[in-house]
Amino acid sequence: MKTRDAIGLALSQIRVQKLKSAFTLLGVTIGVMFLIAVVSIVEGMGRYVEEDFAARLIGSNTFTLRRFSNVGPGGNRGFDARTAQRRPLIRMTDVEAVRAAIPATMKSSIASETFKYAAAPGARPRQVQAVATDANYFVIKNFAVTQGRAFTDQEVRAGSPVLVIGVEVAEHFFPGLNPEGRSLRIAGVPFTVVGVIEKQGSVFGFSLDRLAIAPYSSPMGRIIRPQRDFSSLIVQAPSQADLPEGIEAARGALRAFRGLRAGEPDNFGLVTQDAAFGFIKQLKGRLVLFGTALPAISLVVGAMVIMNIMLVAVAERTREIGVRKALGAKRKDILSQFLVEAATLSTLGAAIGIALGIGLAELIAALTPLPAAVAPWSIAAALVTGAGVGIAAGLYPASRASQLDPITALRQE
Amino acid sequence: MSTPVDEIGLSTTGERKAVTSVAGTAPGQDWVIVTRQLKRQYDMGGEIVRALRGVDLAIRRNEYVAIMGPSGSGKSTLMNLIGCLDTPNEGEYWLNGMLVSEMSDDALARVRNKEIGFVFQTFNLLPRASALQNVELPLVYAGISADDRKKRASEALERVQLGQRMHHRPNELSGGQRQRVAIARALVNRPSILLADEPTGNLDSQTSEEIMRVFEELATQGQTVVMVTHEPDIAVHAKRIIVLRDGVISSDETRAQYAVKISGERVH
Repeated sequence: MKTRDAIGLALSQIRVQKLKSAFTLLGVTIGVMFLIAVVSIVEGMGRYVEEDFAARLIGSNTFTLRRFSNVGPGGNRGFDARTAQRRPLIRMTDVEAVRAAIPATMKSSIASETFKYAAAPGARPRQVQAVATDANYFVIKNFAVTQGRAFTDQEVRAGSPVLVIGVEVAEHFFPGLNPEGRSLRIAGVPFTVVGVIEKQGSVFGFSLDRLAIAPYSSPMGRIIRPQRDFSSLIVQAPSQADLPEGIEAARGALRAFRGLRAGEPDNFGLVTQDAAFGFIKQLKGRLVLFGTALPAISLVVGAMVIMNIMLVAVAERTREIGVRKALGAKRKDILSQFLVEAATLSTLGAAIGIALGIGLAELIAALTPLPAAVAPWSIAAALVTGAGVGIAAGLYPASRASQLDPITALRQE
Repeated sequence: MSTPVDEIGLSTTGERKAVTSVAGTAPGQDWVIVTRQLKRQYDMGGEIVRALRGVDLAIRRNEYVAIMGPSGSGKSTLMNLIGCLDTPNEGEYWLNGMLVSEMSDDALARVRNKEIGFVFQTFNLLPRASALQNVELPLVYAGISADDRKKRASEALERVQLGQRMHHRPNELSGGQRQRVAIARALVNRPSILLADEPTGNLDSQTSEEIMRVFEELATQGQTVVMVTHEPDIAVHAKRIIVLRDGVISSDETRAQYAVKISGERVH
């Protein structure tokens, strides 16, 4: 029997038994639906993290010079605490060496940050994310100052105690008031608020609106880094393609400045977005794994349902199998008839599941802050899984059918 | 010393043992069915039931034969063997020059497809398929293209005067019409033999006559027909009547001889 005839036969069988087929499909449909939805959400989250979150937290097309490159799990691998202690701090001289080496098209910004308590009359003290930086910071981070202004290069040079704050800080300390010109103490040192940054929202529950940004040359520098060093120098290239050039220039310049010999490892860290979010990719991998484990169980249940229904079908159609054998059906004809039927059923179930899954993902994306992006590979994988589940589930019933003795089968009532 | 052998390779001396030793000698072209010492026994839970105890049968092309016998005589077993649905424990079965008693399952399936057209007592049509689709079935397994299938199946249905009901399902047809669909299905692959198992068993006498007329017409057109039945009224439509008793052939007569015999039995 030709494959086309086998598929035609399977489809006509499914058409004849619509309700039963629908129930048979259910398990696979639900499994595939959740599979597609979960993968789409995880994929959407991944893209969100890579495009949006990364851009907001680190800045687009940037690399960062730090004392250590430890971001995320496993970042400290490869050196012990004593070697780590000997690493030099990042000083203004280092920053100047790097700035002299990188192409003129690249912007850079000194940035140190930590959590400090802020206090103002009439409000409870509260932790804020204190940042000591320069005017470039607002450009690189793409922070728009909606109320008041950002501080200027002049104020940075002068070390003025001026402060730009996040929306949450403004609302907490100055509810219903214009914070401009008001005083806010950070770790006991008074600063004058000059501006408020546009609302940034939060990423994974981490608010981006608790900022308190002041010039690194102001008392903020000392508050955050008592040793007068810097946590990081952020460098932004005009495009992603220019990043490696900038990184190499920075590395070469700093190695030369620090007198490192060839073969000696870097005693500083150059962190790119990729490295910083390697751990988020790892997290995504785990999410996909756990997120697909549940639908996988549903698929196993779906497979068992199909196997059961196919066994019933073989029992119900014993006589038909006998007739087909008498008319010249070979074992493999009967085997393929039932296999194709099971595979067609479950592939159909998978196709419906894909449509529903995309719908579910879109619905979740519309109703919750979770983003969704349908991954093309997940559609292909779902179809292949669907067919595979059908074949696996159909194998036993089909082989039972093919092995029926024609005489016994014909005698069946 | 060689055993005298007639044109079909059967011993003429009556020494059955000697006959089986001629294994491998194909019978002449004229013979559609030749069996030599066909034996079939079943193991029914430790008890050996010898259904066929050595059947020698030879049927020529274009013959119209009825196989009769009371229940338990082995006629169903013989029919299953002739129909290649079963294989003998001992003996040879030559179908159209092929030694089918030695064949594998798949080879038997091929033989059933090409050489045998089955007509069953209970019609055995697929209930959800149209008459046309039912008749197409043997051609599907022969690997024939959809267009050819449709053409040949409708021709076969025309042959049994069902051209107008091709797209009806079995439950929309009368018993006689169903059996005619089954006959069309049996004929569609141009088999060597039309093998009918109690073809009128589920039909009233008038419809039985109608089906018998179809068989007679086919036989006149040159189709070899082998019909298994326990009804003498049906058997007398065949030109040759073979009676089985206790697993062996007890008589093998022409219609005339058989008719005389039953009329005699009826008198007594």
